[in-house]
Amino acid sequence: MALQDVSQDVGQPKVAIFNDPKIRGWVYQILLLAVIVYLVVVGVQNMFANLAAQNIASGFGFMGRNAGFAISQSLLPYDQAASSYGKVYMVGLLNTVSIAFIGVILATVFGFVIGIARLSNNFVVRSVATVYVEVFRNIPLLLHIFIWYFGVLRLLPHPRDSADLGLLGLLNNRGWFAPKPIPQELFFLTGAAFVIGIVVMLGISNWSRKRQMETGQQFPVFLTGMGLIFGLPFLVFVFTGLPLIFEYPVAGGFRPKGGMTIIPEFMALLLALSTYTAAFIAEIVRAGILAVDKGQTEASHALGLRNGPTLRLVVIPQAMRVIIPPLTSQYLNLTKNSSLAVAIAYPDLVSVFGGTALNQTGQAVEILGMTMLTYLGISLLTSAFMNWYNARVALVER
Amino acid sequence: MADTSKNASLAFVRNDMLTEAAAPSGAVGTVAWIRNNLFSNWYNTVLTLLVLYIAYVIIPPVIRFGFIDAVWTGTDRQACSTIAQGGIMPDGWFGACWAYVDAYFNQFIYGRFPDESEWRVNVVFLMFFGGLAPLLIPSVPMKRANIIFVTAIFPVASFVLLTGGNLHYSGFLLPDFLMEPSALRFWTEIVLITLILLAIGVGIARGTDSDPKPTIVAILGFMGAIAVILALFAVDFGLSEVPTDRWGGLLVTLVIAVTGIAASMPIGIALALGRRSNMPIVKLVSVVFIEFWRGVPLITVLFMSSVMLPLFLPEGVHFDKLLRALIGVALFSAAYMAEVIRGGLQAIPKGQYEGAMALGLSFWQMMRMIILPQALTMVIPGIVNTFIGLFKDTTLVLIIGLFDFLGSIQLSFTDPTWASPVQQSTGFAFAAFVYFCFCFGMSRYSAYMERRLDTGHKS
Repeated sequence: MALQDVSQDVGQPKVAIFNDPKIRGWVYQILLLAVIVYLVVVGVQNMFANLAAQNIASGFGFMGRNAGFAISQSLLPYDQAASSYGKVYMVGLLNTVSIAFIGVILATVFGFVIGIARLSNNFVVRSVATVYVEVFRNIPLLLHIFIWYFGVLRLLPHPRDSADLGLLGLLNNRGWFAPKPIPQELFFLTGAAFVIGIVVMLGISNWSRKRQMETGQQFPVFLTGMGLIFGLPFLVFVFTGLPLIFEYPVAGGFRPKGGMTIIPEFMALLLALSTYTAAFIAEIVRAGILAVDKGQTEASHALGLRNGPTLRLVVIPQAMRVIIPPLTSQYLNLTKNSSLAVAIAYPDLVSVFGGTALNQTGQAVEILGMTMLTYLGISLLTSAFMNWYNARVALVER
Repeated sequence: MADTSKNASLAFVRNDMLTEAAAPSGAVGTVAWIRNNLFSNWYNTVLTLLVLYIAYVIIPPVIRFGFIDAVWTGTDRQACSTIAQGGIMPDGWFGACWAYVDAYFNQFIYGRFPDESEWRVNVVFLMFFGGLAPLLIPSVPMKRANIIFVTAIFPVASFVLLTGGNLHYSGFLLPDFLMEPSALRFWTEIVLITLILLAIGVGIARGTDSDPKPTIVAILGFMGAIAVILALFAVDFGLSEVPTDRWGGLLVTLVIAVTGIAASMPIGIALALGRRSNMPIVKLVSVVFIEFWRGVPLITVLFMSSVMLPLFLPEGVHFDKLLRALIGVALFSAAYMAEVIRGGLQAIPKGQYEGAMALGLSFWQMMRMIILPQALTMVIPGIVNTFIGLFKDTTLVLIIGLFDFLGSIQLSFTDPTWASPVQQSTGFAFAAFVYFCFCFGMSRYSAYMERRLDTGHKS
């Protein structure tokens, strides 16, 4: 029996309009949009009504007005009597960025050391690293900050009998009074030598990579680089006659005079943030190194590479691919967590702008909006940078 | 060919084996282990000694503070201060004052919850841990009944127990000139909403030529359940009302953490599905929502919910302080939860989706019966980790003036009865211990689930 050729013109199947997934999708989306627009409109209307009822001004006019409160740490010249809320914002932002920046560096160093220690063959080192990680990451960050601030730094001696750290200045419960470097006339030459060293170093590393690709000859880039970046400025520094003097603090009755003050809030927050985040980074580093297949190490040994080059050229580059994405989110977490400064009144963005300035002006919407968008901006910038770096080190597949 | 077996006296081959000798004493035993593991070369030796020294500096003082020098009984600050500070301890003494923790224990757990009603909190704790423990142990049977208890009975019961129930509804949809504000108006509104939903459901079913019966059953079931719950909240069980500003301590910590995670689950699932959706607007809304909350610190979210949220509400509508914090926490953790769940959704092989579609399942049937059960099981460790993060983050509510566990410990420092130099150290040590026990326990569970779910082959 031959198959019958059914050549009916079927055409488009007849579907009820509401069963067409495309139309259905658009109906849902328009509904969703309508609900969101409705909520926003009602919210904004309510907001203006409430603001009018409470006699609160709106708009960003307050940014130019005089803030009139003191800030305990400022990287910009800040004057209580004359500086505006706009200045307060900048001071807070710089304080946040500075603590986040130093915190990220410290946390990375601690984290890598502890992460590698967790993989050590040495039983004592391994177990202490494990205990560190488990204890530090299972206690809330806020409690870390309180313990450092109230439990450790408050117990330091009174300014009258400050602990003398010798070359490092004085330490007491009002902070760390570090020697203040004062550059003299010719100091700029040392800075210039540093910059020149970096530039020359980049050139050399490019040239040596090219030469190695062509001839296979290696060049001691690392040693030359160290010599150029640190040795050259040092030589210039010595030959220009040590143009940098340190102003040492002198112990006084109420507080030491002179020097550079690092407030205890800064130290407590920095220690808490970096030790806490280090515990998470350590786990990331450990996971990254464990993720490199054992065959890679074995193959590298089979090619005749010793332990050092194997680690440097084979294991670490591959581990970095696994490490970088979660490391980025830890950096972002540290930056966002620096906002806990408000609990011990370190003058960061949330504390001075989202706290004091908000209480003085009452303009919650503008101030909180600006604060949140700032953090959002920092987060997006950091993740964009780390994505760019990640794309550079990522596996290039054929 | 010579036959060696004939003259055995000339055998070159040994006929019997030597007995096994013990390993050389330098390769086994404690000493060898120590030498191989701790002092194998010079830098290992240096490291070992350095780490042992650090441990020696840290551990004995901690043990002395916590146990040997600690004060276990006492009635006021005298027990925990030195003679120079007006107490009874010798000068130079520095130890924990556990007597103070004991005196404040109730406040740390219940806050200012009325003494005669503390049993209600205890019942809630008991139901919580009693319901959760068997749910978390995979081998315990009756998971379905357990889930119903934890997701339906427990929340309703704990709401009634903690607040006292006996709510009075007045309704708010129908205008006042039609009906006076009263419980009757509220229930009329519920019936009207049900009828409107039924009309829409039946209308859509008619329009798409499908059977209206399942829609009707679903709507009636859903609205019926809501009505029963609301009715239970309104019943007067004879429990006194406890306003939330009297809640505190561990109770508030657990309420925020558990409500936050429970509320963030459905929102997180919706956002994760939205982010993977083909519909551009839905996808955009989900991405913006998730990235916004993940990009800002929790403390600004809490500030926003306590300062800004009231501005967006119509006049006369006031949210409780705790409820406002809960909204902030829930939205914040929903964004993190969404990313965890998205990871699970992405790990499901495409064949599962195609198989479900080939069976003719609708989108929601496919999600409910095929995809989500697999995806959610896969991300249990991730969910537990999010929960640990949330549990630690609940401490932040003390900045907006709620007294959670850490907050009530801080509050106790203001009481002069126990004021002494060791009070803060003791309080923080106790807080650290309690948080550590909770978080460490949960992280062990998460690691256990990870091992259990690890099938040994990676896709």
